[in-house]
Amino acid sequence: MTPTSAEHTQTLRVFVDGIGLLGPGLANWAHGRDQLKGNTPYLAARCALPLPAALPAAERRRAGAVVKVSLAVGQEAVAASGLQATALPSVFSSSSGDAINCHEICSALASGDRLISPTRFHNSVHNASSGYWSISSGSMASSSVLCARDASFAAGLLEAMTQVVVEQTAVLLVAYDTDYPEPLRSARPLPDSFAVGLVLAPQRSERSLAQWALESASCFTRTAADRLDDDALEQVRRSIPAARCLPLLRSVATQGTGRVVLDYLEELQLAVQVKPCY
Amino acid sequence: MGRGLQPTLAALRAQRGGLAPCRFDTVDLTTFTGEVAGVDSVQLAVELTDFDCRNNRLAFMGLMQDGFSDAVAAAAQQYGAQRIGVFIGTSTSGILQTELAYRRLDPVSGAFPADFIYGATHNTFSVADFTRHHFGLTGPAVVVSSACSSSAKVFASARRMMAAGLIDAAVVGGVDSLCLTTLYGFNSLGLLSTLACRPFDVSRDGISIGEAAAFALLERVPRQLEENAVLLLGVGESSDAHHMSSPHPDGRGALMAMKDALKMADLDAADIDYINLHGTATQSNDAAEAKAVSALFGRETPCSSTKGATGHTLGAAGGIEAVICALALQQGLLPGGLNLQQLDPALPLNYLRENREQTVTRILSNSFGFGGTNCSLVFGLAGPAVK
Repeated sequence: MTPTSAEHTQTLRVFVDGIGLLGPGLANWAHGRDQLKGNTPYLAARCALPLPAALPAAERRRAGAVVKVSLAVGQEAVAASGLQATALPSVFSSSSGDAINCHEICSALASGDRLISPTRFHNSVHNASSGYWSISSGSMASSSVLCARDASFAAGLLEAMTQVVVEQTAVLLVAYDTDYPEPLRSARPLPDSFAVGLVLAPQRSERSLAQWALESASCFTRTAADRLDDDALEQVRRSIPAARCLPLLRSVATQGTGRVVLDYLEELQLAVQVKPCY
Repeated sequence: MGRGLQPTLAALRAQRGGLAPCRFDTVDLTTFTGEVAGVDSVQLAVELTDFDCRNNRLAFMGLMQDGFSDAVAAAAQQYGAQRIGVFIGTSTSGILQTELAYRRLDPVSGAFPADFIYGATHNTFSVADFTRHHFGLTGPAVVVSSACSSSAKVFASARRMMAAGLIDAAVVGGVDSLCLTTLYGFNSLGLLSTLACRPFDVSRDGISIGEAAAFALLERVPRQLEENAVLLLGVGESSDAHHMSSPHPDGRGALMAMKDALKMADLDAADIDYINLHGTATQSNDAAEAKAVSALFGRETPCSSTKGATGHTLGAAGGIEAVICALALQQGLLPGGLNLQQLDPALPLNYLRENREQTVTRILSNSFGFGGTNCSLVFGLAGPAVK
């Protein structure tokens, strides 16, 4: 199974079969698509957290903001794709975990009474969203749970696209961030929640919205990342790591063809070749 | 257990563990920990001081062992620094740094002390970022953080990215260090043993938390293969879809991961010489894992958990156990499980109490975690016997 030779010119091609979106002033993909197209003006507003209706009652009570936003976009994307969640491996990527939960734990540990509730502790794992997704969808497929700080969206996209191509399976990618309470917010100024869900498939279907490709020899680039024209949306893109996906979503909304460059690591951006399927 | 391969091998041969009564920080719990000696005195390179925290100090100790840095430098020379990926598993990263900073909040403003650097220490990505900077690598980098399967799953992600042609080699590993979140957290779940943990014992009563750093350099199989080279033959990943903090009682997800790993390796259960169990010594893990293993392998395949020696190193467990599997393959050593007084008769496995010296060509290693995340790896010795 270990590849035996270096192939420097592979093209990793995937089809975007479903999108879920939630963020400040962004209620869902249909809404966000119109705003990214410029058909509807973008109006900045706090991200409205949905209730995780798919979770059993006990889990619903325990679910924090990270679980709410990630499950919402996962469900929206999977529903749009027409695929069954149980058949989809997933990739969950976030610049950090549940910061409110983390604040409560660190406050308790610094106090005289170090008792932590079991729920607080199991919600503290970075794969809490992935675990709740698996429980709520019944999916036993593999789930990769990633963090690359500000590069977390592109890191998740790389993992999802390689999985689609290497394993020849559709994959659900969920990238999400939630805001921080003080004093963590001062150390990590992350103003609001944002989540994106993408179902990426190896073959084109009647649901396919766009085709995205990575050229293995040239997808890592030093070219600066694309920006958004709308100042308020650009502010969202820059201030929340998961929102670094927005130039890619804009290309889907506008049926764009060409190269979209996404923020990734220091001095390393990710270039995606895009074209519409409709 | 020691720094580097030789001390680790010597400890395994002597059936000597690294667990002792917890004396970490200000922890007031009656439990055992596997604390690595000397982490506090590690000094990072001046240009990397922003990364200074227990987890990255432990990572640095690991990176400096066994000529690993030279091997990565040689790979960077051969392939180019941008063609080497970094994939590190951790569960809590440098969260201890934040726990300590919360003790020093400004009494009036509630602000952090000025010397607290969140991004390079606490953030989950910190240890992969540190490793990337340590080696001057410029390719893709990521942390896998799926609790206790993290540093098994790095092998899966690295393999895929190599197969996709985006990189030619990968630094994979696992690093997790002691912190109050995990000690008091597992305590809240009633999952901490008051003794050195006793995997598969009839009276096992929970885990002992350990800390570890383990790394490997993955490359494509070259034309000329040394006989003692260790191959990654198969990877299986699954989710339980059951509960956040307890495994499916029949080990449904575990079984799926093991089957998929064997399938990728194109091997039958009978081809496996030894299973390095997840074996955390909680009642529920060992019972569920025994059900899954016996359903696939029957009762004959020798197996053990090495967590009686290392403790449960959480996000580093898959990595440290991959290194133990590599030693087992190269040295022909099946490590017996420590701290076993009476094997649980309800767990029908060929659980090794004593070390066994024999030819070993293929091993399966299990890593399972909170959230119902499972990963099984199959390793083989290059030698003439491998398919």
